[in-house]
Amino acid sequence: MMKNAVSCREVVVVRGDREVLHGVGFDLRAGTVTGLLGPSGCGKTTLIRAIVGLQAKVTGDVAVLGLPAGAPKLRGRIGYVTQEPSVYGDLSVSENLRFFAAVLGVPADDVDRVIDAVELRSHADVRVDRLSGGQRSRASLAAALLGDPELLVLDEPTVGLDPVLRRDLWNLFHSLADAGATLLVSSHVMDEASRCDRLLLMRDGDLLADDTPQALLDSVGTDDIEQVFLTLIDRKAGAR
Amino acid sequence: MTPRVTFAVAARVLAQLRRDHRTVAMLIVLPALLVSLMWWMFTGNPATFDRVGGPLLAVFPSIIMFVVTSVATLRERSTGTLSRLFTMPMGKLDFLLGYALAFALIAVVQALVVVSIALYALDLDIRGAAWQLGVVAVLDGVLGTALGLFASAFAATEFQAVQMMPAVMIPQILLCGLLVPRDQLPGVLHAVSDVLPLSYAVDAVSSVAQGNGFTSGAGVDALVVIAFILAALGLGAATLRRRTA
Repeated sequence: MMKNAVSCREVVVVRGDREVLHGVGFDLRAGTVTGLLGPSGCGKTTLIRAIVGLQAKVTGDVAVLGLPAGAPKLRGRIGYVTQEPSVYGDLSVSENLRFFAAVLGVPADDVDRVIDAVELRSHADVRVDRLSGGQRSRASLAAALLGDPELLVLDEPTVGLDPVLRRDLWNLFHSLADAGATLLVSSHVMDEASRCDRLLLMRDGDLLADDTPQALLDSVGTDDIEQVFLTLIDRKAGAR
Repeated sequence: MTPRVTFAVAARVLAQLRRDHRTVAMLIVLPALLVSLMWWMFTGNPATFDRVGGPLLAVFPSIIMFVVTSVATLRERSTGTLSRLFTMPMGKLDFLLGYALAFALIAVVQALVVVSIALYALDLDIRGAAWQLGVVAVLDGVLGTALGLFASAFAATEFQAVQMMPAVMIPQILLCGLLVPRDQLPGVLHAVSDVLPLSYAVDAVSSVAQGNGFTSGAGVDALVVIAFILAALGLGAATLRRRTA
């Protein structure tokens, strides 16, 4: 069993003529749920795209499941949910999933399993563009669960979901991690932090912190992760 | 390349088209309507219709296929489905071939309709075999598809993709021999028309119409069209980027 599912060292990404990640480094231990938190525009999506191998102009080391990010052998071993629901609006939920299952080469009965996992059974035959935003993003999540990927990279999967559903999805994430999968879940909602095994706090293309939620709260002496964020930013400004 | 993935993409594209009646109508009915319009325009001069009618069977299907397919990969880029597919075991060629296969099936129906109407309703007078005209019309539709997919892989946005139609197709329409026979073009333009795919699409149709079947003349043009189709798909796959800024 490999210890780290993802290992980043000195990751720099340039978009246009602007550097958007300035040397980010961290490890994701296999079988954990890590939250990637930070304000919109801090580089979360760019980091995620570097890990799944879709980002151009990446320097530094990004190792995923023991291979360089983007290696052909990784395709199908990573479940990726983009911020926009990446499913076909003019097809039903089950048609979408059957298509992605065929591309992955996983058995068709896996489609039923993932529909149940995201609780879309009652809407399985509804065209995706007739679903609510939350249902749509669950359809997108379902596609990422096909074939039991070893690494799940989820870019804001819980936006716009009601609290009950959000709790259910976080339970799902943890049961997947208990089964051995590694999850990286980005969010700009700080109250999701407590649901993660570890947190990566990002701001302006830099990693501010990489620790467990409790350790972060203790280090600042608060019970509010937003306060941790502010304190770390102030400390960093003071150190300059 | 994985046939399983290619066929999955083709089946999905067809399933999407089945839901999109307007696009299907445009693909299948529009070429026939346009050829009928040309027939009407030349009612006073049926000999002219017999001369341009054949080439139009090449030009209209390829333009229409080009327009529809030129936004295809961009649509998948903007919705994020292309990103998802690129994290899966899908080759770039699987993706483009899947689209090409789906639209090739549409091209078969399109050619059946437009060739039947031209020959049997509009009395287009050709010397060659009707089935050969049909085969060439299908190839020309697939050529439009392949060029559209190439343009689509080349453009960065849908806005850029729609600009490809005047840039890529109109010069070819002007130089393909429809307006001025290619051997009467000025030397430089003739040389340019020699490297443009639509010239061979029109040559193939004209050869069949003049009674020079696949064994004499049209066959070579048809093979050149096939070569352009394969080259456009290959170049499209080479141009399509997994990693983007």
